[in-house]
Amino acid sequence: MHGFPWWPATASAYAGTIDFLFGSLLVVAALTSGLVFFLLLFFANKYRHGSNADRSGAIRKTWRFEVAWTAATLLVFVGMAVWGSTIYLRLYNPPADALQIFIVGKQWMWKAQHPGGQREINELHVPVGQDVRLVMASQDVIHSFFVPALRIKQDVVPGRYETMWFRADKVGRYHLFCAEYCGTDHAHMGGWLTVMNPRDFANWLEDQGGQTTLAAQGEELFRRYGCSGCHESGGTVRAPHLEGVFGSPVPLSDGSVVIADERYVRDSILNPKGQVAAGYAPVMPTFAGQVSEDDLAKLVAYIESIGPERSGS
Amino acid sequence: MSERAIGFQYATVAQQREASTLGMWAFLATEVLFFGALIAAYLNYRIWLGDEFIAAASLTKVALGTANTAVLLTSSACMAMAVMTFEAGSKRAPVLWLTATALLGLAFVVIKASEWWLDYQEHLIPALNFDLARHGGVAEIFFVFYFCATGLHALHLLIGISIVAWLATAIGRGRIVPGGSTTRLVGLYWHFVDVVWIFLFPLIYLAGRNG
Amino acid sequence: MHAPHDETYLNARVGIRSWLLTTDHKRIALLYFAGITFFFFIGGIAATLIRLELITPGPTLGSPDFYNRLFTMHGIVMVWFFLIPSIPTTMGNFILPMMIGARDLAFPRLNLLSWYFYIAGGLITIAALLLGGIDTGWTFYEPYSTFYATGYLILAVFGIFVSGFSSILTGLNFIVTVHKLRAPGMTWYRLPVFVWSTYATSLILILATPVLAMTLLMLLAERVLHVGLFSPQLGGDPILFQHMFWFYSHPAVYIMILPSMGVISEIVPVFARKPLFGYKFVVWCSIAIAAIGFLVWGHHMFVAGQSLYASLAFSFLSYLVAVPSAIKVFNWTATLHEGWIRFDAPMLYAFGFIGLFTIGGLTGLFLAALPIDVHVTDTYFIVAHFHYIMVGGAVMGFFAGLHYWWPKITGRLYPDYWARFAAILAFFGFNLTFFPQFILGYLGMPRRYQSYPPEFQIWHVLSSAGASILAFGYALPLFYFAWSILRGSRASANPWGATGLEWSTRSPPPPENFAATPTVVRAPYQYDQGKPCMQAGDV
Ligand code: HEA
Ligand code: HEA
Ligand code: HEC
Ligand code: CUA
Ligand SMILES: [Cu+2]
Repeated sequence: MHGFPWWPATASAYAGTIDFLFGSLLVVAALTSGLVFFLLLFFANKYRHGSNADRSGAIRKTWRFEVAWTAATLLVFVGMAVWGSTIYLRLYNPPADALQIFIVGKQWMWKAQHPGGQREINELHVPVGQDVRLVMASQDVIHSFFVPALRIKQDVVPGRYETMWFRADKVGRYHLFCAEYCGTDHAHMGGWLTVMNPRDFANWLEDQGGQTTLAAQGEELFRRYGCSGCHESGGTVRAPHLEGVFGSPVPLSDGSVVIADERYVRDSILNPKGQVAAGYAPVMPTFAGQVSEDDLAKLVAYIESIGPERSGS
Repeated sequence: MSERAIGFQYATVAQQREASTLGMWAFLATEVLFFGALIAAYLNYRIWLGDEFIAAASLTKVALGTANTAVLLTSSACMAMAVMTFEAGSKRAPVLWLTATALLGLAFVVIKASEWWLDYQEHLIPALNFDLARHGGVAEIFFVFYFCATGLHALHLLIGISIVAWLATAIGRGRIVPGGSTTRLVGLYWHFVDVVWIFLFPLIYLAGRNG
Repeated sequence: MHAPHDETYLNARVGIRSWLLTTDHKRIALLYFAGITFFFFIGGIAATLIRLELITPGPTLGSPDFYNRLFTMHGIVMVWFFLIPSIPTTMGNFILPMMIGARDLAFPRLNLLSWYFYIAGGLITIAALLLGGIDTGWTFYEPYSTFYATGYLILAVFGIFVSGFSSILTGLNFIVTVHKLRAPGMTWYRLPVFVWSTYATSLILILATPVLAMTLLMLLAERVLHVGLFSPQLGGDPILFQHMFWFYSHPAVYIMILPSMGVISEIVPVFARKPLFGYKFVVWCSIAIAAIGFLVWGHHMFVAGQSLYASLAFSFLSYLVAVPSAIKVFNWTATLHEGWIRFDAPMLYAFGFIGLFTIGGLTGLFLAALPIDVHVTDTYFIVAHFHYIMVGGAVMGFFAGLHYWWPKITGRLYPDYWARFAAILAFFGFNLTFFPQFILGYLGMPRRYQSYPPEFQIWHVLSSAGASILAFGYALPLFYFAWSILRGSRASANPWGATGLEWSTRSPPPPENFAATPTVVRAPYQYDQGKPCMQAGDV
């Protein structure tokens, strides 16, 4: 056995923030429950049957007390809710220049694809001190990507992309779990997150062999699946050019406007009729069932790479 | 079970009557949430899948649906007449009105069944013969809801018809006499089933037709 | 028409038929007791095996599939066949009509029918579990349940569906009874708090259970017919399933705790020989919990991919729903002030309840804080949270009520010494079992894991050790209750010196509860210098 571990490893500043919130809640909880328990025991002893404590001051009007402790409780609770929410908002604001890694969960493994085309299974290597954004998909059931040392987790629901971001500040190896029950080997669906020095990380990337980048692989698929037949000049069908689409607003035929993010591109490929770009006929065939999650990631990476923001990556 | 007899847990007939009425309302509240859950799920898809989902609604047989709405509303009116004449003390009239109610209920089921038959011929029945290539996956989800909703409604109606038939016989044989609450409770149930349809009809049939 | 003086509901009629066809609410309560105990045993055996399995980091007893079936069966049986029906169907059935001075529930035959639904549903589900079990967890998340789960899922879900009718009919019966069958003088504000909380529980039962019924039907339709409702493979929305499931299952946790709160609100004034502090507040808190409880389901889905705004709202509402619980705890504590406190077994269980419920509830506040939940959701922190409330709270409340009304139900006393010993044993065993799980959870140990990293082992070992003590704490009552029935001395009508109507009739009560319908003349829990002032005027 390994002694009595009582606090999880901490690999990011965000984890420290959570620990601080958690610790503060602990203090509030200890104080209030301490008060309640103290009064319970104190009264139980003082006014036990047979004691001759003075009982002449019994409280008749109760509502003052009720109002007082209702108000106090409400106040404390609202404070907690607001504090928690402000920290939570951070998870929804990924920094713009994060390193983007695609994650695919399936029974029972996590697969990662780096922008440079490197792939790993049940392992994730990231550089220390850099923002990392994960774009995650599931091939079968719901899984949940969980790194206790970062204090974050996100369910990965099949049929759509989920994203999550973090910035690890401490070099080391940390547990990576699947936290949503997903069948027989749920307990074995996980491995390690390895946080490395930038130099080590670069070496590690090298060592994975000289693949082509994810975007380049995507470009190849773009031809193989016949996307280019429509989407590049000279196609037989009138279809939008995809250069510069990613990250910009797209007017849809039903009048609404959406920002073309990973989710949108993914939906455009799998369910083109769901969101038809304004001014085009809904003739794009669905690719659902033909493109695997891995390939989808590549296609998305490609379309992302020809978008205005990321054309350099 | 004679209606006059009062349960030993009650002090007065009035108390017993109030209790069964409240019981019926509580039961109907349960039913509201039962159908409510289905309708909420339906609306979830309608919002999420948008136009494509609503478009499937145009494959329903709106003429038959409208006819059925009329049939059911008429049946409710007959039911109301049955309750009224019954409480006024007559015996023949409520039996006739109840018979009319049950027959209209049956008519509804027959029309519904023929509608399902048409759906079958158009390959619209999920899990049985749905033609994905022709209608598309989104339409299939619509029709899953369509059959769940109309099926459960028809089931409620069939139960209602049996109860109404039983009630008509019981009144005819003089086993149920004015003063009790049975007739009014059956009426409540019937109207409820009717109201469910009033909600389903626009949701299912009229949804995709305002264009 | 007066019954002979020694006629009780127990000996008024004999024979197995007189039990299986009875419409007497007291006998039906005993039928339920038999069922509840049976299912608690089944769930407890599964819990024992879970704790055995987790002693070592690797597989101990069997394959991962075996373990997955274990906790699924444990959760399903404990939630739907033990805890949800526990207090309402047993003590609610037995005591509630007596508390309001009624001779029975409003619909006695419906009551019997409910029992048959419950037993039928239970047996169907048990059959599924015996045939090989199912491996979905008690939450049946999609799309796992429809297309990946193995085993007799259809049968098990159908069993739960059937038992839902029992919930609905029971709730309906209670609501009508409380509205229409109160004895003369029993105004709403003279109702014992137990009646109020059972009433609030019943509201949830009739309004939430049908949503579960529909959800399960849709689940069955998808699994049997392969039509798309929730599975993304068929164009469905798996998150919708979670919304529908928790729309029922969050209110359901209040189905489990409200009756226990009612029991505690009975016991504390009786053993403190004082009126309940802030009666009206406690009463309206029950209603508030039932009402607001319908608006917080999304707090189970903070990392499931619901929208940011939904999460913020659900977090806030979760704090709101916690306020009435806090008020109750404060009122129980204040009731002790200047009382004449006795420490019989029911009171010890009540103390245990207040302490453990407070801890469980406070950790619920941690979960309602969004970023904390992100870290601890689906870890042992959750497991600890809900066992503190459901086992430390609700089950303690169940035992408290059982010890409190036992003399009324059976007409016999039990050895108080052993009962107090069991209460204390269970309290310590409980804390040893579940406190380490908070630490495990914050360390990051995910739930539903048969195997885990070795550094977590020490806490699991402690937890398993605690569970064995806890099992003894729960086993002991079996023995002294059995002894009490066979050898226990006879109980008087009012052994605790309580004030409620149920204590003004004989123990055990006659078949019609009261010789004559009592008239109520005062509020509950009135004491004069520590002496009870009975609620009934004519006793
Ligand atoms: C009887 C059962 C029961 C009860 C009553 C509760 C009560 C509460 N629960 Fe719990 N809960 C469960 C059973 C229960 N829960 C179960 C079974 C699960 C997991 C299901 C699963 O996934 O399998 C769960 C999960 C769960 C989650 C989701 C966790 C997750 O999966 O990520 C959350 C999140 O908000 C939560 C919150 C709460 C809150 C805020 C309360 C509140 O109602 C608590 C209110 C009580 C108090 C607050 C204590 C007393 C207060 C004081 C003494 C006041 C003093 C304090 C101050 C002034 C600070 N619960
Ligand atoms: C009402 C609800 C209830 C109750 C009472 C309990 C009681 C207990 N539970 Fe339960 N539990 C749940 C509801 C409940 N649980 C739920 C909903 C889940 C989630 C399932 C899921 O993930 O899907 C869960 C999950 C769960 C887990 C997590 C499994 C996992 O995620 O991998 C664990 C692990 O320790 C556990 C342990 C226990 C223990 C030790 C008890 C003990 O309190 C039990 C003690 C009782 C007995 C032992 C029986 C009585 C004893 C006798 C009659 C004496 C004779 C017996 C012996 C001597 C052995 N439970
Ligand atoms: C038959 C021609 C055709 C093929 C093949 C085709 N597309 Fe399209 N695509 C279209 C048309 C037409 C539109 C615009 C209408 C719409 O949004 O559905 C479109 C829209 C899109 C959009 C949304 C662009 C925007 O401006 O909003 C994306 C992204 C996209 N396609 C990607 C792909 C990918 C990736 C492939 C291959 C896997 C592919 N397409 C194959 C015709 C095609
Ligand atoms: Cu994947 Cu659990
Ligand atoms: Cu909840």
